Amino acid sequence: MALDGPKTSGFTAVGTTPNRPDGLDKVTGRAKFGADAQAPGMLHAAIVRSPHAHARIVSIDTSKAEALKGVKTVVTRADFTTGLKGENWNILENVMAGDTALYDGHAVAAVAAISPLIARDAIKLVEVEYQVLPHVTNVDAAMAQDAPIIREGAANKSVPAGLHPNVVRYHESGHGDVDKGFAAADLVIEDHFTTEATHQGYIEPHACLAQLGGDGKGELWCCTQGHWNVQKICAALVGIETSQLRVTASEIGGGFGGKTVVFIEPVALALSRKANRPVKLVMNRSEVFRASGPTSSTSMDVKIGMKNDGTITAASGTFRLQGGAFPGAPMEFTAMCAFAPYALENVRQVGYDVMTNRPKQAAYRAPGSPMAAFAVESVIDELCKELGLDPIQTRLKNASHEGTKASFGPKFDKIGLVETLEAAKAHPHFTAPLGENQGRGVSCGFWFNHSGETSVTLALSEDGSAQIVVGTPDIGGSRASMALMAAEELGIPYENIRCTIADTASLGYNEVSHGSRVTYASGLATIAAARDAVKRLCGRAAAKWGIDEEAVVWEDGCAKPSGPNAGDFDPLPLAEITRTMGATGGPINGHFEATPEGAGVSFATHIVDAEVDPETGKTSIVRYTVVQDAGKAIHPAYVEGQFQGGAAQGIGWALNEEYIYGEDGRLQNDLFLDYRIPVASDLPMIDTVIVEVPNPGHPYGVRGVGETSICPPLAAIANAVSAAAGVRLHDLPMSPPRIRAALDAQKDG
Amino acid sequence: MSNIHVTTTVNGDEVEFLCDPRETLLDALRDKLNLTGAKEGCGTGDCGACSVTMDGRLVCSCLVLGAEAEGKQIGTVEGIADGETLHPLQQKFIEYAALQCGICTPGILVATKALLEKNPDPTETEVRYWLAGNLCRCTGYDKIIRAVMDTAADLRRAS
Ligand code: FES
Ligand code: FES
Repeated sequence: MALDGPKTSGFTAVGTTPNRPDGLDKVTGRAKFGADAQAPGMLHAAIVRSPHAHARIVSIDTSKAEALKGVKTVVTRADFTTGLKGENWNILENVMAGDTALYDGHAVAAVAAISPLIARDAIKLVEVEYQVLPHVTNVDAAMAQDAPIIREGAANKSVPAGLHPNVVRYHESGHGDVDKGFAAADLVIEDHFTTEATHQGYIEPHACLAQLGGDGKGELWCCTQGHWNVQKICAALVGIETSQLRVTASEIGGGFGGKTVVFIEPVALALSRKANRPVKLVMNRSEVFRASGPTSSTSMDVKIGMKNDGTITAASGTFRLQGGAFPGAPMEFTAMCAFAPYALENVRQVGYDVMTNRPKQAAYRAPGSPMAAFAVESVIDELCKELGLDPIQTRLKNASHEGTKASFGPKFDKIGLVETLEAAKAHPHFTAPLGENQGRGVSCGFWFNHSGETSVTLALSEDGSAQIVVGTPDIGGSRASMALMAAEELGIPYENIRCTIADTASLGYNEVSHGSRVTYASGLATIAAARDAVKRLCGRAAAKWGIDEEAVVWEDGCAKPSGPNAGDFDPLPLAEITRTMGATGGPINGHFEATPEGAGVSFATHIVDAEVDPETGKTSIVRYTVVQDAGKAIHPAYVEGQFQGGAAQGIGWALNEEYIYGEDGRLQNDLFLDYRIPVASDLPMIDTVIVEVPNPGHPYGVRGVGETSICPPLAAIANAVSAAAGVRLHDLPMSPPRIRAALDAQKDG
Repeated sequence: MSNIHVTTTVNGDEVEFLCDPRETLLDALRDKLNLTGAKEGCGTGDCGACSVTMDGRLVCSCLVLGAEAEGKQIGTVEGIADGETLHPLQQKFIEYAALQCGICTPGILVATKALLEKNPDPTETEVRYWLAGNLCRCTGYDKIIRAVMDTAADLRRAS
């Protein structure tokens, strides 16, 4: 779509905060989520999972399970397609183990029965003989020369010779001469950092309802961030044509990246085909933790050189990420985001993707970036402390801006980092007095944002109302944003627009709701579709008036004659045109199908005050402020919500959340009781400042906001905790025992 | 295993169902009575998505057996609105954008309604501790707490 620069003023609908269209359904319990669907004759399924971190599957005896009354069928790997390659093979291997169980919780068989209880009883009767193999779950241990090999031959060509076979991908980027840069510094600090794996922690477990007949035609209902992706992968894994599988996305109870892939859907389809009945499959919470998408854990080294005046002379980092038993840890994002906020002459970053005996990592809100910020912004904080510099002033001095050659290569277009730093500096929070045992931390964060393949259809009704059909599941109020943008273009009230999420049979391809792309890409597509419809509306008016189509403009919801014809005819409101559209040329719709370019990167600056109890090592977050560039906030309340949600998840990651594995390689905290996410009493109110530096790649200047909000918190909190405790914390989470240990070590040292 | 016959009252309606002795009240509501407003987020009493009231007391329906509902008064999210008229909490949650995905919303509404019936004038801290058993992963709780505080103030003014 050609753009003459984003619209920046004169908005009527955009920027207001109306009630969301699906609000009523969601406060009355009427909204249908993944587990809320039923079908006549439906069976219930359950999955047999490996209790071992690494084991060869010697045999699977399903006879006792099949003999149980009410059990209809059992599937194993033999019931899926063979001969898959690349990522589809990885996904199938993860969905149902082949000859080896690769992590605690890995699926090895599944049962369908007439009730959920019978299905759960039946999985206990499936007899699996395992030959236990040596395992490894720690990233550094998995790279060591004597580490057990997860899978021989999994590495690609990027990996330099001599590394352990568990290192499967390698990344290196940067520019300038870091050695020269470090030599020019007045102070160089190098430090080692680690972060533990965390889970996206969506409250809705994975759930689906599948039907697949012997004719190769299927129906699938599931909670997902992207049903076209589900369609493509599931069809491949069960061996049917993509278009023969219709996938409907349910309302989705949180995803954060973790519902961009498939886990149970192909299993339900395989069971359905074998039993010739619809099959419902719902994970329990323990399965969510053990077998769906945690993040990578990391081991990182960061080195930064600074002049006495705060100028950064060079920066380098090594980022090792384990991504579970498959390639794919987002180490290149970690490496590329690490130094992105800073305009650096000399920078070098290296990433390692390492396999371990853990579940296959999945995307989690700005995958890879928060960990990088933790390491880098901690070192910058130390440098500022040692050199007696102001943390915001120092970041401003080095900040990336329009035209900066980014640490990861390209030149930045218009960006808003400086504006977020200025807004943070001006915020009363930054200069507010601190109490006893309290410390303040700041951090910047960066995320690329993504656009992706997008289709939208807009159809006008005879009465002058409009329906928009989009393909990106609504995770946090996006229907409202789409309707606002359509209202802005059409000039009709927001309430007269209905936004529906189409199933895969009702609209063209749409990429997943990920990469903070929905308001950007589906928004751009909605605007383009509306403009397409407006063009047709103007055409009908031109025909009626007998003037040139080009001589008609669209203003305030009406076609108006312009140029030489201005004032010749009364404005024609939208509803007047649609009322007779059947007779004047037929239905009026607008379309957009493309992969828009120009998602527009996004930056944030967070300020946080933490209080550390020196007795117990417990940290309380006492004040939190998020400042982030949204480009243009379409529905500001939901933009604030994204800022606050990202900050809250970051607080959990920084202070509490971690995957804890025992010596036996089993996950020890697979319940919300033991994997503790922040609860209401753990958090303060979270202040937000929306900065708007328009993205040149969107008609209204929108930048995605969903992910950047989780990039700064780990570092900002680590800086606050380190200031409060008087000792630098290098390892996340900064749980009370870790803080106690750091305090004790300082006392002893 | 033979099923148990249960007679109970849900949102004012007398209902009957048959359930396995091991089945939870949450399963009975969702699978037997088609009331899918209460959600299962954990099944272990840790997330509050399944919150309902039993004889006026807030409970996790995943920790109650279906058979225990015999003779009780059960209140679920489906019973909070008065016909077409939303409860003030429901209205405020929409206005405040106090939900993103909305999976936690039914449980949080049931829980906060129970709070305001007990304590019409809670402090922010009291609301936060009352809701400590209801996980929300999307919002960071800020807008939820504000919606609850504002509803409470409105209700006090109205009474
Ligand atoms: S499902 Fe009952 S508390 Fe989580
Ligand atoms: S709104 Fe998604 S969990 Fe609360």
